[in-house]
Formats: sequence, C-alpha cells, structure tokens
Amino acid sequence: MIHPLILLGVFVVSTLAGYFIIRRVPSLLHTPLMSGMNALSGVTIVGALTATGIAALLGEGKVAMLIGSIGVGLAAINVVGGFAITHRMLRMFKQKKQKQ
Amino acid sequence: MTVAQIIISAVLALLVLCGIAMMSKVKTAAWGNILSAFAILAAVIMTMWFVGIINLFSVWTPLIIGSLGGGVIAYKAKMIEMPQVVACFNGLGGGASALVGVMIYMGWGIQENAYPVFTRLTALIAIVIGTLTLVGSIVAALKLDRRITQLPVELKYHNLLTLLLLILSVSSVIFGSIYGANTLLCLSAVLFSGVLGWAFAIRVGGADMPITISLLNSLSGVAGAIAGMATSDILLVAVGGIVGASGLLLTQIMCRAMNRSLSNILFKKKNLKSPTSTSKVAKTETLEELFSNLSDMEIQQLLDAINSLTAEIGELRKEMAQLKGGVNVSSGLQEEKTEATASDVLRKAKDVIIVPGYGMALAQAQHIVKQLADRLTQNGAHVRFAIHPVAGRMPGHMNVLLAEADIPYDDLYEMDAINDDFKQCDAVVVIGANDVLNPAARNAEGTPIYGMPVLNVDEAKQVIVCNYDLKPGYAGVENPLYSRKQGVYLCLGDAKETLMELLKAL
Repeated sequence: MIHPLILLGVFVVSTLAGYFIIRRVPSLLHTPLMSGMNALSGVTIVGALTATGIAALLGEGKVAMLIGSIGVGLAAINVVGGFAITHRMLRMFKQKKQKQ
Repeated sequence: MTVAQIIISAVLALLVLCGIAMMSKVKTAAWGNILSAFAILAAVIMTMWFVGIINLFSVWTPLIIGSLGGGVIAYKAKMIEMPQVVACFNGLGGGASALVGVMIYMGWGIQENAYPVFTRLTALIAIVIGTLTLVGSIVAALKLDRRITQLPVELKYHNLLTLLLLILSVSSVIFGSIYGANTLLCLSAVLFSGVLGWAFAIRVGGADMPITISLLNSLSGVAGAIAGMATSDILLVAVGGIVGASGLLLTQIMCRAMNRSLSNILFKKKNLKSPTSTSKVAKTETLEELFSNLSDMEIQQLLDAINSLTAEIGELRKEMAQLKGGVNVSSGLQEEKTEATASDVLRKAKDVIIVPGYGMALAQAQHIVKQLADRLTQNGAHVRFAIHPVAGRMPGHMNVLLAEADIPYDDLYEMDAINDDFKQCDAVVVIGANDVLNPAARNAEGTPIYGMPVLNVDEAKQVIVCNYDLKPGYAGVENPLYSRKQGVYLCLGDAKETLMELLKAL
C-alpha cells in the first residue's frame, strides 16, 4: 500500500499540471478536448481490473464478480468509445485547402 | 504496488500529459489523442500483468464486450448527437468508479491493508461522486436528447432537498468509513448520491448544459482519482486528477463566458425579470413543453403548416401594400423585408460574418451554411464565422458541427478575435442564434443575460437573421435587434429552408 499522503500529493500535483497544460487549448478544440478527457476518465478501468482480479484470485462470491465485471465493462465502453469518438471528431478538422 | 509498477505508472501519466499538450494544436491533436489512448492501453496491460490476471477468462469477457460496445456506439453516433453521447460515456465512467468503490468498501477486491479507514473513506467517496456523476450525466443526456423537458424542473424546497441529500450522503460516508463494511451503508450511499445527482441535473436548463456537462466531466475524473486512492493506484490518481482539472477549467471558462457564477446556475432560481411581459415567457415555455411531447413527424408537420401560413401572410401583406398604392411606402413595414432584399445585400457584400447558434444545430443546417459560404466566396466575398464560447450545448459545439460540414477551421473566429470587425463588415448572417448576440446584455439590468459578453452583431450595417422565430431566446430577454428599423432582414422559419431560399436567390 502506498501512503495516503503520497496519493493525495500525486492528486494535487497532477491536477495543477493538468490545469496549466489544458489552459493552452483553444476554444476551437474544446469539444474534442472534453471528449478526450472523458475517455481518459475511463482510466478507472485500471481500478476495476485490479479489484475484480483480486476478487477472482481470492475466490470472492458471485456478487463481487458480477459487480466487478459490470465495472470493467462500463469503463471499457467509456475508454474505447471515448477515444474513438474523439478521433472521429478530430479527423473532421481541416485546414483551408490552397486551391488558388 | 512494486517499484517497477510505480515507475511505469509515472511514465504513462507523463505520456497522457504529453497527449493532452498535443491537443492544444489542431495539427497535432489527433496524434495526442492516439498517444493518450496508447498510454491507457499500456496501463490496462500492465495492471493485468502485475495483478496476475492476464490469462483470466472472467476478466477478459467484460473487457471485450465493453470495448466492442463502446466502439460500435462511437462509430454509429451522429455528430449532431455528440453532446448526449459524450454525457453518456461520462456517466458510465462515473458508474465504473462507483462500482470500484463498492468492491473496495465491501472488502472484495483488496488484499492486505495498512490504512483501513482511509481506504474505506476513499472507497465511499468514490461511490458517492461516481453515482452522482452517473445519474447526473444520464439526466443531462436525456435532456440533450430531448427525451425529457429541456426546461429546468424545480421541486418545492429544491435547495433544502439537495442539502438534505448531501448531508445523508456525507453521513453514509462517515459512518461507513468508521464502522467498516456494511451492505446497508453501502446501499444508502448509492441511493442518496443517486437522487442527489438527479436533483442536481434536473433543474439545469438547456442553455446551461455546457456548464453542467463540463462539471460532470470534472466529477467523473475526481471519482476516478478517488477510486485510485482506494485501490492505491498512482496512475489512476494522476490521470483522474488531470481530468478533474480539465473539467473544472472548462466549467470556469463557460461560466465566465456567460457572466454567471457556478452557484448561480446550480442553486439559484432562474429569475425572469425581463422587460417582456411574463405571460409571453410563460407562453413560450408551455409551447416548448408541448413540442417536447410531440414526435419528430408531428413537429415537422406543424412546421410545414406554420411555414405555409407565414408565406401566405407575406403575400397578403404584399397585396395590401399594393392596394394602398404606395401611399405609406416610406412609413411602415420596412423591417419586414422579403428575402430578395436579403440576397441583394449578400450579393453585394465583400466581407461577410456568419454567426451560428444552437438553432443551426437543431435544424442540422451546417451543410447548407457551408454551401452558402462557398457561394459567397465564389462571389468574391471574404467569409468568416464568429463563434461565441457558449453557443450550442457543449463547449466548442459549433466548431465541431462546422468542421463536420468541411468548413476549414481557419475561418472560425473566437469572439474576442472578431468582435471589433462587425462594424466594418458588409453583412452579418445570423443562423439560429439569439442570446449570444442580444445587445440587451449590455444594458438590461436584472435580466439573466445582463453583463454576459455578446457578439457585436448590432454594430454591423446589414444583418440577416435566419432564426426560427422572433421569440426571446432561452434567457427570455427580448432582442432589440429584431425591431431595428434599418439594415435588419428577417428570414424566419427552419434554418435549412430559409438558407436554401437565400441560396437559390443568390
């Protein structure tokens, strides 16, 4: 186990880092940014996998496995769907063609 | 967590940050997204490897089913549905974090534990924030999809109810973390935070959706980060924190663009102290409610009927004017010009600014807007688009729709970049936008939009308004621009049709 204070520290630092990096994103790209962030929030899939995996290894009951599996499934929809839709959106942004 | 795992986590978190940094430029954005996706994929494989479940069938099954499901939804979703799809995905992420919280709190998915109270506390907070995000996002998605009314729904004592639910959720968290695993406390945390999410999202109206979605996005990140604290996973904490920050930042930007504070949007009653009569506002609301109950077919039929009626009235007016024999030509009726004059203006214009709004999205008129822009460019005009930060239903909504219609992004201008050019341009075409250009925002004190920065459309010499009707916009404030005597041409009706007519006349 990692010490709670270290976890809190990581949370604060990553929040600040994210805040300052994201501030540079122009409003033109706010929808893809939001959609991309939304996909990233599906990173909770890592937690779901860990919990479900440990539950499976410890031989917990069916309820635990069901809840864990639903968690993994939902997070997978979030991650895969989120990244795919962001990609679709970003592909649409085109620069002016120099036809003249 | 082993040292190797911590190092890999740190590297992956940095990759995610790089990916986001690449999203600040259009040219690199797609690669940034791929980089972030790759980092998450690596994180999944790493986790399965270190936990020792890489060959466990029961974990692969939901993983594959979920991935396929997400891929199909992302592939099939129409661009017009983007706000609700994003809201939906967001809710699922929150729900997953809540389920992780349930697993950990009940002691099902965790091995040894040196900090039991901290683990239970964070697990329960993850349950509360995750469930709130799930239910709130679903309500928001239903509103965006027009399956439930877009108007704010307010119960009696709504604030009191919200406060009570909040207290109950917090007490479940506190008692749960002190007493240890308890099914009843776990269920009460889920239940109370779920109703809290509903109470929070149901009272937000359609036009405040960009803010709600940004906030829910932030919450889903925070839920993930806290689930990471419960599972003691550094990567989850870091990425969750980044997402939380981004959502918060977008929320802040949206609030500033509307000149409203977050608490005002979430907790205050919408005050409709507009100069218009309240009965008019009430009428529009019931009409909107009526519309929300109709099927698309029925709405289309109604629209057709209204359009044909409008056309007939126009012809009758013309006849009347002819009958009067030019006696009163100079005095009245000047603002009710026909489309022919609007197209005259456009034909002569060399510098045109197009202002899109949510109405364009509703009418799905972005492709015809593109045709109009092309035609004007062929005529030798310089065409630009002015985009208000809160136009539409999510941050950057208009940009995505116009990009879908193949409009190059260098023609899209943010409000601050183009606001001084309205005075000099030859013509402005407003398409389904109202509140974001309402000059009343500058001086109508006490109205919801007072103080909101708006596009200076009223400074332009010639304005063509392609709106559905002249009713006040979502904020319920009459737009004085519509009654301006000179240089305003109104083309009312479905934006797709009115633009088509304009296009034909050009």
